[in-house]
Amino acid sequence: MRVADVRARLERLGSGVTFHVLRLGFASRFLGYLVVHSGTALRRFRLTMAQVYFAGVLSLIIILVSGMFVGMVLALQGYETLQRFGASESLGVLVALSLVRELGPVVAGLLFASRAGSAITAEIGLMKATEQLSAMEMMAVDPIARVVAPRFWGGFISMPLLAALFSAMGIFGGYVVGVQLIGVDAGAFWSQMQAAVDLRNDILNGVIKSVVFGIAVTWIAVYEGYDAPPTAEGVSRATTRTVVTSSLAILFLDFILTALMFTGGNHQ
Amino acid sequence: MNRSTIDLWVGIFVVAGIGGLLFLALKVGNLTSLSSSEAYRVDARFANIGGLKVRGPVKSAGVVVGRVADIRFDNESYEAIVSMNIDNHFQFPRDTTAKILTSGILGEQYVGLEAGGDGVMLKNGDRLRLTQSAVVLENLISQFLFNKAAESKPEAKDPAK
Repeated sequence: MRVADVRARLERLGSGVTFHVLRLGFASRFLGYLVVHSGTALRRFRLTMAQVYFAGVLSLIIILVSGMFVGMVLALQGYETLQRFGASESLGVLVALSLVRELGPVVAGLLFASRAGSAITAEIGLMKATEQLSAMEMMAVDPIARVVAPRFWGGFISMPLLAALFSAMGIFGGYVVGVQLIGVDAGAFWSQMQAAVDLRNDILNGVIKSVVFGIAVTWIAVYEGYDAPPTAEGVSRATTRTVVTSSLAILFLDFILTALMFTGGNHQ
Repeated sequence: MNRSTIDLWVGIFVVAGIGGLLFLALKVGNLTSLSSSEAYRVDARFANIGGLKVRGPVKSAGVVVGRVADIRFDNESYEAIVSMNIDNHFQFPRDTTAKILTSGILGEQYVGLEAGGDGVMLKNGDRLRLTQSAVVLENLISQFLFNKAAESKPEAKDPAK
């Protein structure tokens, strides 16, 4: 009895692992196919542009407002800590570096995953459930090239822009709270920031991060949508999975990228 | 929604995003002060540079006039060679003194330049002869302790007289 029990458990574990490895394999093949067949999306750029509107422009409000508040909170919290060491002039450095290096790409990525990623999954999943994708195939239109690829590239283009706007807005929020409300010297705020933030080391690395997050989030979103079981429950589960998986992917990738970028040989 | 409206909004979005990147690059980063084409390079040797970093500021009278371009170690004289890019707008006499200073108690270290009285100005590739190393806290403390010991010696001798 007990041996059979252990065996059943092991089998369940094994099949669970195999299932996820299979899914990962299919997702990678899916990404490869998607990139190879994205000629249509790039030639008929209006298709992609509509998705930039959908994923990027419509996410602007949430990105800008959250960026503003994150920057304002950073300034408040940072001032509280810095003034203990008599270094409140470094507030600009603190706000700018934390936003450009970390918070900009990561928080914008998380917001993008929940705002745009979930919508992409739900849309593609519902198109599959209502057999619109099959109908396209019947008409000899490749649904991956026509539906999936424009969404992927739309997210790919939008994400770095959104992250940059998030950081810029956050620094503006930090400026409003730090300089206008608390009364840190405006000259010190900007000049120390400019002295400490490096174009290649900080800003370019932040942009690279946001590009990687954009690829990860949209890849997961289109894949989950395309792979969703064609039922109401299946689509809802796929949407949830998109948000969970892409949030975890962002945080995991962030650790890897930070370890690669900001440690070792960095003369900061 | 109308096609052209979408185009308009996407255009605005992309312009705003690029504007945000430009803001980060120009206003937040130090792209503007990094132009190495309008700078001349000066070397200085220090016995100890403390915590000086590449890209650290070079200041004169508290104003940033350049940046540390490179830090090397000379294996023959066992000294550090610090190369500085100084902005062409700022000319210094040849007998300028370079000191390694610290801004505040916990602040970063920088190279401070103090102009001398020579009529000849520094040019690209020159070397600053007069330098003063970073203050190492441990050396300062041991110096203080030695001084204390030296002070207390004569007093100890006094009763023996």
